[in-house]
Amino acid sequence: MRTTPKWLFPVLALLPILGLYGCIRVYPIVETLRLSLFQWNIISRRKPFVGFANFIELASDPLFLEAIFNTTIIAFGVVAITIPVALALAALINSRQGLRRSGVYEASVFLPHVVSLVPAAMAWKWIFDARLGPLNALIGWVGIPAQSWLFDPVLSLVCLIVLCSWQAIGYAVLIFLVGLKNVPDALYEAARLDGASSLQAFRYIALPLLKPVMLYVSVITLISSYNIYAQAFVLASDVQGAPGHLVRVLVLDMLENSFRNYRVGYAAAEAVVLLVIVLVLTGAQFRLFRDRSRA
Amino acid sequence: MSEHEHPSVVGQSRVVGLVIDAVLCAVSLMMLLPLVFLISNAFKTPPELLAWPPTVIPHQPTLDNIVSVLRETPLFRWIGNSLIFATLSTASIVSTSAIAGYVLGKFDLPGIPVIFGIIIATAVVPFEVYMIPLYLNVQSAGLLNTWPGLLVGYLVMSFGIFLIRQYVMTSIPDELLEAARVDGAGEGWIFLRIVLPLMRGPLGALAVLAFFQAWTAFAWPLVVMTNKDTYTLEVGLALFQTGFTVDTGRLSAAAALALVPSALFFSLMRRNFVRGVAASGLKE
Repeated sequence: MRTTPKWLFPVLALLPILGLYGCIRVYPIVETLRLSLFQWNIISRRKPFVGFANFIELASDPLFLEAIFNTTIIAFGVVAITIPVALALAALINSRQGLRRSGVYEASVFLPHVVSLVPAAMAWKWIFDARLGPLNALIGWVGIPAQSWLFDPVLSLVCLIVLCSWQAIGYAVLIFLVGLKNVPDALYEAARLDGASSLQAFRYIALPLLKPVMLYVSVITLISSYNIYAQAFVLASDVQGAPGHLVRVLVLDMLENSFRNYRVGYAAAEAVVLLVIVLVLTGAQFRLFRDRSRA
Repeated sequence: MSEHEHPSVVGQSRVVGLVIDAVLCAVSLMMLLPLVFLISNAFKTPPELLAWPPTVIPHQPTLDNIVSVLRETPLFRWIGNSLIFATLSTASIVSTSAIAGYVLGKFDLPGIPVIFGIIIATAVVPFEVYMIPLYLNVQSAGLLNTWPGLLVGYLVMSFGIFLIRQYVMTSIPDELLEAARVDGAGEGWIFLRIVLPLMRGPLGALAVLAFFQAWTAFAWPLVVMTNKDTYTLEVGLALFQTGFTVDTGRLSAAAALALVPSALFFSLMRRNFVRGVAASGLKE
């Protein structure tokens, strides 16, 4: 009775979306890979193929090495703070589950995650401010001399880690709570019958079951920290005389190379390095996952 | 005890519970404090901004900061730009994900697994990686400082397609679709009248995620929209704050105006942020 062939609808429905994907995802990704092997300054017609020369130059480019060092410190610093803190908070909130206030705790911890990056960074910039900021006044109370938080190369990294962790914790808590709620009640009952305290029940029952979730959150947090830009732009950049020490992160170095130095091929090579980092992290996650499910 | 206790904590003493409450209250306050100060600074006079300890509720609240920010910057225009951008991006992501998720989940054609593989593969690549070639394309098409140019980066979301496909496969029975086909319904009708209403839940979650993603976008709008009138809120604020060195009052006023409504909205919608995680199978 039907005259239209069965494949017509899916093909017609998918084609425009595939077209979009081709133009705004696949093509630019392939183009990034291709450009990384060329030397090109945007304006010039000449675009010589240079093989891996861009990558070789990156390996000894002090600015790029600084960027990758800073970004790595930030990414791992954020994970080192976020995961344990979020886990502890999730466990505590979970133990008050069913009480109305647990929703309030959850919402307050989550709120920083949904504050847009720029206003959040502006709030922290004031806190860290060397002359007017409450942080210096606070540490002054306990006798620690005032620090120039955003001018010192090490402290400005610490500031970025604090800001990014503050934003990441809420999301991690929310996911850990989902994980904790999925721990079967029967397991807790059994543990209680065996005389386990609620701390022991968490340590020996919930924690092992949460491991894949922890792995997932760690990788997500690492990857998003490797891509940070807005936070560094506001908190630690030297644009237009805004005071502060410039914390060079990967995305900033990349944008500077392509838009300020007009070295598009070179910037593309940096993008490829970023991609490789992300792929390695994702791959590691999948591998660990699989090992666990096989065990 | 009238309140329901979770089985993980039965037997926990009242005192322990109170200690936990105290810790959680303290942590919640600490998490909120930077935002509380930001909002309160927005209403402070210059001398009060220098006061120590910083006051939480301003002694002489003033609207000067807000008035002067609104006079100096097109803040409402930036908010409008961000709203339009996020709404259009959300509409595009929701509709492409609904269609692609349904087709990839329910139709068995050669090539479908490959297409799905490509879509998922691009999800792994961060936007920042291919931003520059995309920018060059937008530039050569003459689309800088235009809505289409801004939107190009935010029209599709691989995760959205994944989420909807997952949902379609597990929650929409084939029998339902077959029954409609036997009754002579066309494929377009089936999608619009049967499938789409069933997908409302995950589409709603996806819409919140998509809106959030566009609302907080930074690097892309920064390079594509370069006129003061075309800035999105994030970009406008970021550039506004580089122009001043010390004026905390006005900076806080601008930031507070920008963040309060959106943060409250997303905070209420927080369940939607983890829905995808549950769908991706981590639940088990």
